[in-house]
Amino acid sequence: MKFKITRDALVPIASVLVALAIGAILIAAQGHSPMQAYHVLIVKGFQSTSGLQATLSKAGILIISGLAITFGLRAGLFNIGAQGQVLSGALAFTYIGYRLHGIPMWIHIPIALIFGAACGALVGGFAGFLKATRGVHEVISTIMLNSIMAAIVDYLTQNQFRLQGQPNTRTPDILHSARLPHIFGYPTGFIIAVLLAIVINWVFKRTTIGFELDTVGRNRSASWYAGISVKKSIVLGMLVSGAIAGFTGGMFSSETTGYFVPAFYSGIGFDGITIALLGRANPIALIPGAIFIGGMRSAQSAIQFEAGVSPDIINLLLALVLFFATAPFLAKLIKSNAKTLTTTSGWGS
Amino acid sequence: MEALLRIEHLSKSFPGVKANDDISIEVHKGEIVALLGENGAGKSTLVKSVFGLVKPDSGTITIKGEEIEPGDTAAAIRHGVGMVHQHFQLVPVMSVVENIILGDEPHKGVFVTKKAAREEVIALSARYGLEVDPDAFVEDLPVGIQQRIEILKALRKDIDLLILDEPSAVLTPHEIDELLEVIRKLAASGVGILFITHKLHEVMAVADRVVVLRNGKLVGTTTPKETNEEGLAQMMVGRNVVLSVEKGPARAKEVALEIKDLSVKDDRHLDAVTHFSLEVRAGEILGIAGVEGNGQRELVEAICGMRHRQTGTVKVSGKESPDMDPRGVHLMGVSHIPEDREKDGLVSSYSIADNLTLNQFNLKPFSVKGIRDFNARDEYADRLVKEFDIRTPSFQNSASSLSGGNKQKVVVARELTQNSHVIVASQPTRGVDVGSIEFIHKQLISARDGGAAVLLVSAELDEILSLSDRIAVMFGGKIVAIIDGQDADRQYVGRLMAGLSG
Amino acid sequence: MLKRFNIKPWQLILGVVLLGVWIYCYIANTDITNSVVASGMRFGMPLALAAMVGIMCERSGVINIGIEGTMLLSGFTGFYIASWSKNIVAGLMIAILTGILTSFVHAMMTIQWKMDQIIAGTIINILASGLTSFLYKQGSTIPNSWPIFDIPILGQIPFIGHAFFTQQGPIQYLGLILIPAIWVMMYKTRWGLRTRAVGENPGSADTAGVSVIKVRMINVMFGGAIGGFVGGFICLELVGSFSKEFTAGSGFTALALMIFGRWNPMGAFAAAILFGLAQALSTQLQIFGVTNIPNQFITMLPYVFTIVVLAVSAGKVRPPAAAGKSYEKEQA
Repeated sequence: MKFKITRDALVPIASVLVALAIGAILIAAQGHSPMQAYHVLIVKGFQSTSGLQATLSKAGILIISGLAITFGLRAGLFNIGAQGQVLSGALAFTYIGYRLHGIPMWIHIPIALIFGAACGALVGGFAGFLKATRGVHEVISTIMLNSIMAAIVDYLTQNQFRLQGQPNTRTPDILHSARLPHIFGYPTGFIIAVLLAIVINWVFKRTTIGFELDTVGRNRSASWYAGISVKKSIVLGMLVSGAIAGFTGGMFSSETTGYFVPAFYSGIGFDGITIALLGRANPIALIPGAIFIGGMRSAQSAIQFEAGVSPDIINLLLALVLFFATAPFLAKLIKSNAKTLTTTSGWGS
Repeated sequence: MEALLRIEHLSKSFPGVKANDDISIEVHKGEIVALLGENGAGKSTLVKSVFGLVKPDSGTITIKGEEIEPGDTAAAIRHGVGMVHQHFQLVPVMSVVENIILGDEPHKGVFVTKKAAREEVIALSARYGLEVDPDAFVEDLPVGIQQRIEILKALRKDIDLLILDEPSAVLTPHEIDELLEVIRKLAASGVGILFITHKLHEVMAVADRVVVLRNGKLVGTTTPKETNEEGLAQMMVGRNVVLSVEKGPARAKEVALEIKDLSVKDDRHLDAVTHFSLEVRAGEILGIAGVEGNGQRELVEAICGMRHRQTGTVKVSGKESPDMDPRGVHLMGVSHIPEDREKDGLVSSYSIADNLTLNQFNLKPFSVKGIRDFNARDEYADRLVKEFDIRTPSFQNSASSLSGGNKQKVVVARELTQNSHVIVASQPTRGVDVGSIEFIHKQLISARDGGAAVLLVSAELDEILSLSDRIAVMFGGKIVAIIDGQDADRQYVGRLMAGLSG
Repeated sequence: MLKRFNIKPWQLILGVVLLGVWIYCYIANTDITNSVVASGMRFGMPLALAAMVGIMCERSGVINIGIEGTMLLSGFTGFYIASWSKNIVAGLMIAILTGILTSFVHAMMTIQWKMDQIIAGTIINILASGLTSFLYKQGSTIPNSWPIFDIPILGQIPFIGHAFFTQQGPIQYLGLILIPAIWVMMYKTRWGLRTRAVGENPGSADTAGVSVIKVRMINVMFGGAIGGFVGGFICLELVGSFSKEFTAGSGFTALALMIFGRWNPMGAFAAAILFGLAQALSTQLQIFGVTNIPNQFITMLPYVFTIVVLAVSAGKVRPPAAAGKSYEKEQA
C-alpha cells in the first residue's frame, strides 16, 4: 500500500483546516478568542520543548492504541471497544509494577508489559472467541466488555489493589524499576511505538501469518478456499488487537501515570479508532495522525487555563477531522481517488 | 407499422470495455426476437438499458413511438416493458404473493390488502396456465418454479414487451420446452418478446428473427429459415468454430479420487448430496452433468474440504482426505477451480502475483519459515502470466483490473501448475470469452494426459459432452447414471438431468 | 402459525414460563411485583425504542451503530431547548428534528456515498460525543418535568394494567403506541413490504420500480426521528436532565436486543422488557439487601446479560440479507 503524497495526503490536511475553521466559529460563539485558543494549542502542543516532549509521549501511547485497532481492521475486525482492553492492561501492569520488588528494570518492565498485554489479549480474545464460535459481532461484544471491564477494574481498585490510608481511590505507586526511563527528556515509549508500527507493518507485508489475516480481512470465502482457517484468524486477530491495546495501557502507566486511577485512561482506546481510521488501517501511515492528536491532547488542559475554552474542544475538533477525512466529499473536491475504508460488513460471523 | 420497441444508436461503456457500440434494433408486436451472442458480447447491457437498469451513454430507446427516459426503471415499466432477469430478483424469505405484488401492491389506504393480492395472483396464474402455490415461501421452491414467479411478475403488469435474460440457463431440457411454449403463447397474444440466449437450438426452435451481437457490436440480423446452427455460431464467434474439442483417447489408470457414501447438507441445512459414491481414475476426465442446484456445488465443496461431510469418505490416491480442512486436502494433491471465482477463487484487491500463489503462499519456495519470499513469487507469477497468456501490463496489478476471462485464467493457471493428482474443475468456463474457453479446455485435456484425474462439473451440457471421457448425471443429490462419454446422446442425457429414467 | 409470526418454540415456552412466574409473584405479593414490573418497564422502554431505530434502518438494509450518537445529540438539543423555551413539547420536537438531521448525515454517508456502514456509525457517535461535551453547560434545568399519571380504564386491567398503564409519563405512553405502530407498518403496509424487500434483496425492489435509495433514506431518517424521540424521552421525562455520555452504551445494547428479537418490533420490545425486568430485579435485590454482591457487579449485569443473550441467539438468527451492503445496480 503506497501512500501517494500528492492528492491523497491533501485530504487529511484539508480536513484539519476545515475542522479548525468550524471549531473557531464555535469557540467564538461561546465568547472566547479562537486565535488565542489555537495559539495555545500550537505553542503547548508543538513549539516548546516541554510541549513537544509531552506530545511525543502522548503520541507514543496513541500510536500503539491506533495499532491495536489497525491490527483488527486488517483482519476485518472492528475492535471498537479497545478501551476495556486498555484498562485491563493498565491495571495488570500497575499490579506487577508495584508488587514485584527487587528485580532489575530490564526484567521488571518487560514482565509487567507482557502481563498487561496478556490481560488485554484475554479480553479481546474472548470477543474473538465469541465471534468465531457463536457469531457475536465484535462491535457489540467489545462495547459490552468495555463496561464490564470498567466495573471490574473499579472494583479491584477500590478493594484488593487499593492503596490504604488515602482519601482518594488509587493503587500504590508503580516501583521505579517498572517506570520507563526518558532519554534526554524524550520519551522511550515513542521509540517503542514507532518500532512496533514497523514490526506490524512487516508482519502484514512479509509473514505468512500476516498475509493470512490480511486475506481473511479482504475476502473470507476466498481465505477458506485457500486453506486459511477463518475462525482461527478471527480469534488471533482479536487476541493480538487486544494484546496491543493492553500493552498501550501498560505503557501509559509506566511512562506517564505512575499509579492506577481508571479516569487517567479515558479516551485512549477511542482515540485509537480515530487514528486507525485516519491512517486508513496502515500501520505506518497512522503515525503522523497520532502525533497530531498527541499534540492536541497534551495541550488540552492548557487551552482551558490559558484561553478559557472548554477542553472538550479537542474532542470536537478530532471528531470533525475524522468526519471530513473519512466522508468522501472533501476527497472528491480535491479529486483524490483514495478508496473509502471498509471494515467488515453485516452482522454475519 | 410503428415498431413496438426501437433502439437507435445505443452505446454504453464500462471502465475498460465498450459494452454496446452504436446498436439499433427493432421489435414488433407479437414478434419473438432472439438476442444471440457470446458471454460478454453486450446482450445483458443492451436489455438492461431498455429496462432502465443501465443508463446508456448515448442513443435513444423508443417504445410505441414514445422516447423513454434513460436509466429509469419505473418509466420503462409504465411504458409496458417487463423483464425476467438472469439472476432471479426474488426475496427468498417472502411468500410468492408478496414477491409478485411488490412495487404495485393492491391496497386500501396505506395497507396491503392481502386477500385481494392473493386472489389476483391465483387469477393471474390461471390465466397463463403457470401454476404456483401463492402462499409458499420462495426459498422453499425449486428453480423452475422461481422462474415461473418471475414471469408472472412481469405478466402482471399488462406488458407489451417482455425481455427474458438467459431464461433457460438454469432449467432442465423439459422445463426449457415448457418455457418455449409459454413464449410462443405470449407472442401469439400480441406481446413482443426479446430474449437473450447463447443456445442455438432454442433460437432455431422459437425465434422469428435473430439479432447477433459480438464484442458490443451488432454483427447481423437473420431468421432461422435463412440459416442453420453452424451459420449462427459463425456469426456469433466471428470465425469458423469447431464445436468439438480435439482430444485423444483417455488412458485411464488407477483410481485417484474415490468418494464413498458421501452426504452433505447445503447452507440451509437441507440434504444436498445423499450417499454419493464415485471413482475418478488418473488420466480421465469425468464430467458431472446436471441442472444447477442438484448438489454439485455442495459435492465439490465437500470433496475439497470446504464443507462438512455428514457421512462418507473421500480418498485421494488411496488415502483418506481430511474433512473441513481445505489446506489439508490441497496438500494431498487436489486442485480446485471454484465455481464462483469472484467469491472464492480470487482476492480482487490483491495483486495478480498474490492471487497466483493464493493457496501456496505458505509453501516453499514462496515462503521459508513463515517469511514470504517475494522474488520466488514474482518469478513464478511472471512465468505463469506468459504461459497462460494472462493479458495484463504487470503481475503487480490488482486482480480486479482484469477482464472475466483473464481472471479465470489466473485461477486456472494457479490450479493447473501444481502437478496435482486430482483436479476438481467447477464451471471452469463460466462467463469467459470464446478464446479463453478453448484455451482452458485444452489445458484441462493436457492435465488429463499428464496423468491427473479431472472431475469436471458444468451446467453447460455441451462442455460436458465434448470434454468428458465418462459422464455421471447428477439429479437430486445422487448419481442417476454413469455413461461413456464417446456415445453419449444429448437427448438421453437431457432426460436423465430432468430426473426422467432414460 | 409459528412460522408466520417467526416465533421459535423455545421462545414461546420462555414466554409462558415468565408469564407463570409473573402471575405467581403477582398473587404472592401484588405490590412488590407491580413495582418491580413498573420499574422494569422504565428500564426497558428506552431500550425498546432505541431498538426500533435499529430495526427501521436494518430492515431496509442499513446497519446503524450510530444510535448512541443520535440519542446523545437529540437529548442534548431537546433538553437545552426545553430549558431555554421553558417548554417540554418544544424540546421534544427539537429532539426529534435533531434525530432526523443526524440520521440524514448517516444516510448520506452510508447510502449516497456508500461508506462502510460501521465506520459511518462510529463517526456519528464520535461527532455526537464531541459536540455535546464541548457545548455542555452545567446548571440548566427544565421547567416542570411532566407529571406521572395513570391511564384511567386500561390501568385497572388485572395483571398487565398496572405494569403498562400506570405511573408513567406521557412520552412513555406514546412510546407504547409507537412500537405496535411500527410493527403494523412493517408487516401490513405497502411501505413495510417494500422496506423488507429492499433489506433482503434490493435488486428485487429495484426491478419492480421501487427506488432503493429513497426507501433507505426515508427509513433511516424515520429511524432517526425515533432516535431523537428516545433521546428527548430520556432527558425530558425519564431522567429530567442531560448529562455527558448519558447513553453509556445503551445504543449498542439496543442493537443486541434487536438481534435477540429477530429484527421484529414486537420481538425486540419483548426482549427489552425482559432486559428491563432483569435490571429492575437486580436493583430490588440490592435495595432489600438480599445479597451483598458489590455494587460494581450489579452495574455489570446488564452488559453480561447482553453478551449472554447474543451468544445464545446471534449465530442462529438470520439478519436482513442486504444489511450492511450498499446497493450498486448490477452492471453488464
